[in-house]
Amino acid sequence: MSAVSQGTAVSTGRFTRVLIHVTLLVFALFYLLPLVVMLINSVKPLGEITGGNMMALPKVWTIQPWLEAWSTAQIGVQPTGLRPYFINSIEMVVPAVAISTLMGALNGYVLTKWRFRGDTVLFGLMLFSCFIPFQIVLIPMARLLGLMGLAGTVPGLIFVHVVYGLGFTTLYFRNYYAAFPTELVRAAQIDGAGFFRIFTRILLPLSGPIIVVTVIWQFTNIWNDFLFGSSFSGQASQPMTVALNNLVQSSTGVKAYNVHFAGAILAALPTLFVYIVSGRFFVRGLMAGSVKG
Amino acid sequence: MGFLDIANVTKSYGAVEVLHRVDISVAEGEFLVLVGPSGCGKSTLLNMIAGLEGITSGEIAIKGRAMNGVHPSRRNIAMVFQSYALYPNMTVAQNITFGLEMHGVPKAEREAAMTRVAAMLQIDKLLDRKPGQLSGGQRQRVAMGRALVRNPDVFLFDEPLSNLDAKLRVDMRTEIKKLHQSLRTTIVYVTHDQIEAMTLSTRIAVMNKGYVQQLGTPKEIYDTPANVFVATFMGSPAMNILPARVVMQDGAPHAAVIDAAGQTRHLRFSQPGMADWAGREILLGIRPEAITDPEGADRKSGNIQHLSNTVVVTEPAGADTFVTMTLSGRDVVGRMRADVAITPGQSFGFAINMDKAVAFDPATEARIAP
Ligand SMILES: Nc1ncnc2c1ncn2[C@@H]1O[C@H](COP(=O)(O)OP(=O)(O)O)[C@@H](O)[C@H]1O
Ligand SMILES: [Mg+2]
Repeated sequence: MSAVSQGTAVSTGRFTRVLIHVTLLVFALFYLLPLVVMLINSVKPLGEITGGNMMALPKVWTIQPWLEAWSTAQIGVQPTGLRPYFINSIEMVVPAVAISTLMGALNGYVLTKWRFRGDTVLFGLMLFSCFIPFQIVLIPMARLLGLMGLAGTVPGLIFVHVVYGLGFTTLYFRNYYAAFPTELVRAAQIDGAGFFRIFTRILLPLSGPIIVVTVIWQFTNIWNDFLFGSSFSGQASQPMTVALNNLVQSSTGVKAYNVHFAGAILAALPTLFVYIVSGRFFVRGLMAGSVKG
Repeated sequence: MGFLDIANVTKSYGAVEVLHRVDISVAEGEFLVLVGPSGCGKSTLLNMIAGLEGITSGEIAIKGRAMNGVHPSRRNIAMVFQSYALYPNMTVAQNITFGLEMHGVPKAEREAAMTRVAAMLQIDKLLDRKPGQLSGGQRQRVAMGRALVRNPDVFLFDEPLSNLDAKLRVDMRTEIKKLHQSLRTTIVYVTHDQIEAMTLSTRIAVMNKGYVQQLGTPKEIYDTPANVFVATFMGSPAMNILPARVVMQDGAPHAAVIDAAGQTRHLRFSQPGMADWAGREILLGIRPEAITDPEGADRKSGNIQHLSNTVVVTEPAGADTFVTMTLSGRDVVGRMRADVAITPGQSFGFAINMDKAVAFDPATEARIAP
């Protein structure tokens, strides 16, 4: 009994606890409902959807819609499925995330540890780029991509996403490195490490949490982007989002809802994967013990 | 020319000059302590020696080679930071050898140097740990190890003990002193703690507001402080400073002070040259240990002046008892033997060792050297 009374300041009563859990459960169910509907309908024959209850479990389980969405569904004019577009997206998102994260880290490093005249103004301008709406850059960017010979290509999309993401990644890393002890950099300088070796041997190994945050942010934004994808891609470089739209919007024949659901889940899987994988590293305190403590 | 020469060095941040014409020459093997209150420019000067801060004007030379513009890693210096600045992602062993690795020293040699230093600092059991798994004192040792392993020309320390608790600080102080005595490497050491400065140094530079106030041996600084700032900054409790008038009596100069009852009392100066100041006001400086009970007075002193005055307060401090009286309107602290019988509010016969008294010019606050 004494243990309980000691803890009353921070613990809550049984009733409150139950209330909290019930509320959380209700919200969780509410948010999970669309996913559940998509999942159960993606493993049903089309007839069961058009003929019956969307909420019912399938009478006949089938993975046919998934196979169709992946490799044979009609997208645009070709019956290719989503596969080539999924590959396009991967080819776009991986370099774009890697380059923008690395450049953001370098920018943050320079802006905090190698201060120079006008650095705050420069950072202010980069910050400003976070507030520019997508629509404003469309036409100038199209012109620029044309001049660079990258119009309608995957490298062109990578370029667009790197440029657009740089403001955010710089902001994240600058703020993280601002709290990074400058004495570590000075110690490394005396030890004889140069600009890049201080970056790769000292700062980067201690940047785990902020790299995770930046990668999640950039990956989600770039993977889910539709506007740049539809504006700057060609037939052969369309990303997943644009292809999914084409699949769902195609006007020929009956609407294959089960295939659409499967395609939509396929399109969402990579972001889910990134959250689950990198989320584990999210909370680790990697800075412990660098300075006094 | 010394081993480390700081010649006419100034430092400005924009329009603000934070260090003004600093001139210090350090001989090989010296232990120079830069001491002063927070913000006086000690770290800035140290960082300029290290090459971490640029030199606005003047020159810093090590072994006769001008260091202006030379990269920190090419100065053959090593530095211990206040925060220790250990690389948290590396083990103790990697922390110690990182500098050697960056300088292209082969692995076998690095290992040998590390083993030697780890044994010297008794950290050989900790080599595989990360800094996060060490106590404050152990981190301090690792930081010293990182500096020692390089065999530098000059060691730079920036308040290395200020993050340790009181007991450990005293132990590490002794260890640093031992280390210096066995290695004989030139050291420049920054601290705001005047006791550290007195105990460690062979020479002290007392700094205030970007000026070097006095440069000298601990004894010179303590016995003949250049001005009121140095006199009161060095020593604990601080030197008593009180206004007095120089008067001639029986042909000798005396300091006229006013006791608690409002009576003028005369204390004879030991320096006959104070006669030049006859009739003028001065600031009289007397350290607490020069004001004692008559039995505790220094027997070797040729000039003990006796003065009875009302005791304001007594503070027993174990080994000593500090006794406060009022002289010339100031609180004046004396240091008595612990078992001396003194009651606050009563009169007591103080013994003042005027051999140790110093006088300052009230206009410039500089010491009068008669
Ligand atoms: N980067 C800087 N920009 C402007 N002023 C500075 C900078 N670094 C230090 N100062 C100023 O220089 C003075 C000396 O600082 P510092 O050498 O750190 O003092 P200390 O180490 O003696 O406490 C302080 O007044 C401080 O405000
Ligand atoms: Mg300092």
